[in-house]
Amino acid sequence: MLSPATEEDLAGILAERSEPLDVQGGGTRRVGASERERLSTAALTGITLYEPGALTLVARAGTPLAEIEGALAAEGQMLAFEPMDHRPLLGSEGEPTIGGVVAGNVSGPRRVQAGGCRDSLIGVRFVDGTGTIVKNGGRVMKNVTGYDLAKLMAGANGTLGVLTEVSFKVLPKPEAVASVLLEGLSVADAVRAMSKALASPFEVSGAAHAPVGVDGAPVTMIRVEGFGDSVAYRAEKLRNLLSEFGPVAVETREGRDGGVGTAAGWRWARDALALAEAEGDVWRVSVKPTDAPKAVDALDADRILLDWGGGLIWAAVPPGTDARARLKGIPGHATLVRADAESFKRLGAFEPESVPLAILAKKLRQQFDPKGILNPGLMG
Amino acid sequence: MEMPTPDPGILAKKGRVVARLSDVLPKDAVISDISETRAYECDALTAYKCPPLCAVLPASTEEVAAVLKICHEEGVPVVPRGSGTSLAGGALPTADSVILGVARLNEVLETDCDNRFIRVQTGRTNLSVTGAVESDGFFYAPDPSSQLACAIAGNIAMNSGGAHCLKYGVTTNNLLGVTMVQMDGTVVEIGGAHMDAGGYDWLGLICGSEGQLGVVTEATLRILPKPEGARPVLMGFSSNEVAGACVSDIIKAGVLPVAIEFMDRPIIEICENFAKAGYPECEALLIVEVEGSPEEIDAQLGVIMQIARNHDPVELREAADSDEAGKIWLGRKSAFGAVGQVADYMCLDGTIPVSALPHVLNRIEEMSQEFGLKVGNVFHAGDGNMHPLIMFDANKPGDLETCEAFGAEILKLCVEVGGCLTGEHGVGIEKRDLMDVQFAAADLEAQMRVKDVFDPAWLLNPAKVFPLKASEHRRSAAESAAA
Ligand SMILES: Cc1cc2nc3c(=O)[nH]c(=O)nc-3n(C[C@H](O)[C@H](O)[C@H](O)COP(=O)(O)OP(=O)(O)OC[C@H]3O[C@@H](n4cnc5c(N)ncnc54)[C@H](O)[C@@H]3O)c2cc1C
Repeated sequence: MLSPATEEDLAGILAERSEPLDVQGGGTRRVGASERERLSTAALTGITLYEPGALTLVARAGTPLAEIEGALAAEGQMLAFEPMDHRPLLGSEGEPTIGGVVAGNVSGPRRVQAGGCRDSLIGVRFVDGTGTIVKNGGRVMKNVTGYDLAKLMAGANGTLGVLTEVSFKVLPKPEAVASVLLEGLSVADAVRAMSKALASPFEVSGAAHAPVGVDGAPVTMIRVEGFGDSVAYRAEKLRNLLSEFGPVAVETREGRDGGVGTAAGWRWARDALALAEAEGDVWRVSVKPTDAPKAVDALDADRILLDWGGGLIWAAVPPGTDARARLKGIPGHATLVRADAESFKRLGAFEPESVPLAILAKKLRQQFDPKGILNPGLMG
Repeated sequence: MEMPTPDPGILAKKGRVVARLSDVLPKDAVISDISETRAYECDALTAYKCPPLCAVLPASTEEVAAVLKICHEEGVPVVPRGSGTSLAGGALPTADSVILGVARLNEVLETDCDNRFIRVQTGRTNLSVTGAVESDGFFYAPDPSSQLACAIAGNIAMNSGGAHCLKYGVTTNNLLGVTMVQMDGTVVEIGGAHMDAGGYDWLGLICGSEGQLGVVTEATLRILPKPEGARPVLMGFSSNEVAGACVSDIIKAGVLPVAIEFMDRPIIEICENFAKAGYPECEALLIVEVEGSPEEIDAQLGVIMQIARNHDPVELREAADSDEAGKIWLGRKSAFGAVGQVADYMCLDGTIPVSALPHVLNRIEEMSQEFGLKVGNVFHAGDGNMHPLIMFDANKPGDLETCEAFGAEILKLCVEVGGCLTGEHGVGIEKRDLMDVQFAAADLEAQMRVKDVFDPAWLLNPAKVFPLKASEHRRSAAESAAA
């Protein structure tokens, strides 16, 4: 495994290289398995700038996510987009890195309110497939100077360049959290309830539904965050708003270390733990929220979890199932997240893009990775 | 401002180009008479003017595709145009270009409150998007001060922001999908009503690309439920430093106001004379606005006012009702107009790290002495997006040039302290030649390679964003390939 300790070393490697590489951060969610040599950014570590008063943090790509979250927590701040930890779901080991999070645009439940990883990302440095070091964006949160290549790199999964440094706009950590809970809803009712909550002025920061909750029964969770009184007020308003869907409970215990409570509950949703125990392949499906019931029917999955008010569906299906075929006709896209190598090869991790976009994607890769050495084939 | 020499070959075939365009558009949608093309000779950066070869006003995506296909075949540059409110010269024509205006594409195509989006044609104005969902209790968050006039098309091209983007983000954070026509007439659909578009982040790339990658004809926009209420406070301070420290303390305290606006003494005075908003006499004013229920607002303002008191304000005024709230905002909202009454002005748009605020304001003041031009500062302090307004006299020979030189120095300072040239107005022609202050050659090269992918002949919105020198060999290669 290649593990350069500086951006210059990385640039040197890529300038010389002609054989394909598997690019990774901490290696906690390798998509598919390959025999290629691996290139890891795990040795490019360190927070290079953190200014709490300006809500900005800059770190090298290999910095462990845990280190970043720790530094932010010490100042009462957080990454707004709540990245998941893939290890339980994938049964993988290693240490998630911030660069890997950005490369995959990994975004958790708070996406409905604060946006995804790409929305918090304000700058990148990367090395393209020719060994050229490129900077885009910076450390200020409003910046429209030139094209936004930072967003392009978020979710490019290392196919256009290897990230070496990333900058974020961060947010204050809320003082209090409450989960408004509904039990026993069908998927259709749950989506209706979540839409209603998300269309209210009560600043919902999470809306998830599991047909099989922790205790086996369907549970719908709506989250509000902020100052203590405000959270209590908004949770109460939501309780009234949602009363047509049955009895509503409000959970305010935190339960940070494994106990029952809001932190544990939202970590459970964030990491798709409802599916960790389930057998088979795992798909991540993005649809219009009100299409979720239809999509869930079409998927006919063994285990389901809805996040983003229904806009994100996690589904566990029998090994080798082509979920995209089942979803035909429903706008959106499906990503294969957990499967054996053969299935990844046959189905591809990512939904094929439309013809004109696939042409643009190919040309883009030719520009940024003309030798075809950065995770070739991963994104088309 | 240097612009490429118009291609005489194109000027010579104006008749044919106009005839071909007239074949695919209604009669009144092709404007070629010189007396009428003047209406498109500039945007809100009025110092630069150039009538286009002709202007077209297509009313559908198909018509846009037909226009682009013809221009592509003829090798004629195209300048997309929304409402022409760009402050960066983003919609400035060249003499050999066709202006493609989207003003007739102004329909609402779909509103969906359950899924919280609206789909519109991009010629629709920003404010009228909110207008279309207001009665359902929703709004479209990005709110540039020009929102009555500017179009969603221009907002997407410039990734526009507004006073409330500290909480809600800018255009790119509120864009779910687009229909875009490429220069060769190919129509692409990107994203849609689902929350994250698949594949590469094309939306992120298109947003802020200043009309150089394609013409956006339709957009799916995220709409948000209106907050229960909002209330501003006004704070006056005895120095810019103290006001800056107060901003930083508010942010650190964990309250996230929807807006923190900053005005310095020259702007306070000009606004007060113009709008009679009752602003106090002081060095720096902050307007801080929070949202929620009345009790939530009380609680948040409680925290904010306490922080302000720790900084010895000369004035601290909470709006008691909507009249008073309106009054607090009145001066700020009329700032550009008020300055326009007393002088010609150039509005800059650099962003700086919030911590550099006092240093940068002091340096600007020193430079103001050196250049002999007055400057006022009014800006979004929460995110460091400055708007220095340099005042000059357009009738005085040399004044515009001095003003531009002064502006360039301010923008260099923004970059030097870790910021950027433009926070929301875009590069256009205005900041084009300063791009290499912020970017190394390889950084610009990477961006131009993206342009190569979308528009290999470099026909879309020519001579913008990239320094002419940097793009020279690409443009001439494309030209000789066409010839
Ligand atoms: C008084 C005043 C206040 C302002 N306040 C703000 C503010 O608070 N925040 C802010 O961000 N901006 C502000 N602006 C700047 C300006 O309003 C914005 O940049 C706005 O988004 C431009 O929209 P427009 O429709 O007028 O675009 P235009 O000026 O017509 O064009 C702007 C750019 O968009 C491109 N373009 C237009 N249509 C398309 C299309 N269909 N497809 C692709 N590209 C296209 C053009 O080529 C050009 O590069 C202000 C301007 C004025 C005059």
